[in-house]
Amino acid sequence: MKIKSFLYSKKVAPYVFVVPFILSLLVFWAYPLFSTIQMSFQSILPGQIEWVGLANYQRLLRDTVFHTAISNSLRYMFWTLVLLIPFPMIFAAMVDSRLVKASGFWKALMYLPALTSVVISGTLFRLLFAEMPTGQMNILMQWLGQAPVAWLKDDTLALMALLSLACWRWTGVNMLYFMAGMKNIDHDLYEAADIDGATGLQKFLRITVPLLKPTTVYVLTISVYAGLAMFLESFMLWGGNNSPMNIGLTIVGYLYRRGIERNEFGYASAVGLVLLVIALIINITQLIINGSFKKEGK
Amino acid sequence: MKKVLALLLTLVLSLSLFAGCDGDGAESDAYGDATAVIVVGPDSGTKMEIWTFVELHNVFYAHMLERWNELNPDRQIQMTFVTYPYSEMHNKMTMALQTGVGAPDLCDIEISQFPNFLRGVVQLYPLNDALAPYIDDIVPARLDIYSKDGRFYGAPTHVGATVMYYNVEILEKYGIDYTTIVTWDDFTAAAHQLKEASNGEVFMTSVDTGGSDWMWVAMASKGEDWTGGSEAGPANVQLDSVYRMLSMQKQWLEDGVAMISPGGQVDTEQGWANIIDGNIAGFPKAMWFMSRFLNYMPEMAGKIAIAPVPVFEVGDLRSVGIGGTGTVVSLQSSDPTLAADYISFAKGSYEGNLAIWDILGFDTVNTSVWSDPDITTDETNQFIAYFVTNPFDTLNEIKDEIGKIAVVSFSPTINETINITTLNAIFEGGMGVAEALAEAQRMIEIELH
Repeated sequence: MKIKSFLYSKKVAPYVFVVPFILSLLVFWAYPLFSTIQMSFQSILPGQIEWVGLANYQRLLRDTVFHTAISNSLRYMFWTLVLLIPFPMIFAAMVDSRLVKASGFWKALMYLPALTSVVISGTLFRLLFAEMPTGQMNILMQWLGQAPVAWLKDDTLALMALLSLACWRWTGVNMLYFMAGMKNIDHDLYEAADIDGATGLQKFLRITVPLLKPTTVYVLTISVYAGLAMFLESFMLWGGNNSPMNIGLTIVGYLYRRGIERNEFGYASAVGLVLLVIALIINITQLIINGSFKKEGK
Repeated sequence: MKKVLALLLTLVLSLSLFAGCDGDGAESDAYGDATAVIVVGPDSGTKMEIWTFVELHNVFYAHMLERWNELNPDRQIQMTFVTYPYSEMHNKMTMALQTGVGAPDLCDIEISQFPNFLRGVVQLYPLNDALAPYIDDIVPARLDIYSKDGRFYGAPTHVGATVMYYNVEILEKYGIDYTTIVTWDDFTAAAHQLKEASNGEVFMTSVDTGGSDWMWVAMASKGEDWTGGSEAGPANVQLDSVYRMLSMQKQWLEDGVAMISPGGQVDTEQGWANIIDGNIAGFPKAMWFMSRFLNYMPEMAGKIAIAPVPVFEVGDLRSVGIGGTGTVVSLQSSDPTLAADYISFAKGSYEGNLAIWDILGFDTVNTSVWSDPDITTDETNQFIAYFVTNPFDTLNEIKDEIGKIAVVSFSPTINETINITTLNAIFEGGMGVAEALAEAQRMIEIELH
């Protein structure tokens, strides 16, 4: 009986319900986070753990490879935002409209890449962008009358390869978010606009885009994180963590190189924390600008 | 409330960055699941586990395990063989030794990864006692590369002597006799001759932007070493031999007699395709590359000859040991002495060395195998049958000329700088050789201090 009254107590029950979440948050998020902060001030080797103060951070300031990784990650993140927010939104609106036939088919087709493993798609893209004249992309270049190029050795071309992999993979997913958002828009608004003689473009710009804002902010937020945390795409595209002149190195790639490949967990922890700080700064700024922190009703 | 929620969401998402890293790891682990788990040996034997990153190595270890159990009825072993992809295996091993749990009894560690495992308090069992019965027959340099403070931690598999692989089909077609090539000047002359005869369709060789084998060849030939030869250093990449090699290669590219290796070096999918397509007439690579020919380029059988690597001046050393796998015994092993005795028997004994040649096709660390006529003239052997020349002829010719480049704790730093930045800057980016080496030296010094 005691148990029953305990469970039915309005005061206690909510806490019981959130305990699993809190526990997993503590064990899998809070503990690793604090442990990482601690490790970033240490030098960690088997049987030799020493406090080194700010040495890891001082080294980060001098480490030009790390700076390359930061600029690569930021650049990649920026372009994924430019490509993976407007276009999926337009595609979603198109699929949602009556202009497109067999919309279910298109939805499935666009979503399909997200279901493939990055490992497989990365390998396919690596072969697609091979530098030999027989690589698919180079065959295409030759059709267009261009000389074959070494895609994965040039800074800009490599970024294009990475972005095309990102677009191929994530367009469908973001489209799905936007389509879900569009379902929440009151249909009466469109009807009213129709009566007033609005064109399709006007309806999209004046109704769809503004009312999709909560979805857009959500997609923007997760895209910032996804862009900054990108690693596996680059890892698979170059068949490993090393790319010529580090053109494919990302912050997480550098963390992996230092921590896992070179057994420098202390230094890698510092890299990870810098990533966390960058991501937080960008996203909090972005959320403030978008008004997510404003008081409700304003 | 909304404000608090938004802040919480931001935090949780940020934290998921870390979870995201784990997630990625998990995904590549799924990709890197053990491809083969085999158990060999009697149930009554001591249970042991070995990790490898090349499935073929298990065939060899299993063969030697059966022999061990036959010869040692009172010290039986039951071994579980687990194969992981290269980087997953090394990463798992690093983690297991760092955390002190989960390491196997025995593990294959590739030479370029080895320095990482010798840092801190070494978590490996020294093999000095176990290797003692065989040590006189083993090339000493191959034990040194896996040692620290006089303790041997890895049992070597092969010498990795570098040789030239020539495509004789191409060379004969264009009237070039590779056996007359002794120096790099001869090689360069042949390259120009080939360009002329083939109208520039076939290149003499391909220059690597993602690997430093050519630099090792150059350094060893002149007795130089960019690690300084030992842990004491100092690291110095501004060596005369390296400068000469890079300048010569740059000139080849400018003259259109060599190409840049697709994929960065020869031992990649694109590199193999380039060999099969007949785009290059020759390249230097260690003896273990023979098995790549058998496994990935079967159509090249009967077209490839093996010869000594050219030198700058007659009298320079004509080879260098490149690559290798040291098998280690973990301190976490239930019976490290038994594990050490088994692996030393497998890799150090004459019998074991014969099996290494038969099964793996490696140039064994016990060089007396190289002159055993039963072995060297065995035409049924798959490796001897594949190549135009007998690999042992070349091996015996260069036997006393196999140089050594040290592998030390800062080797990964040098390799990373050269393979990722310097070679690309010179060959793809057009930077001057001296300038690029100075820049490399600066980057290495920043990282080491």
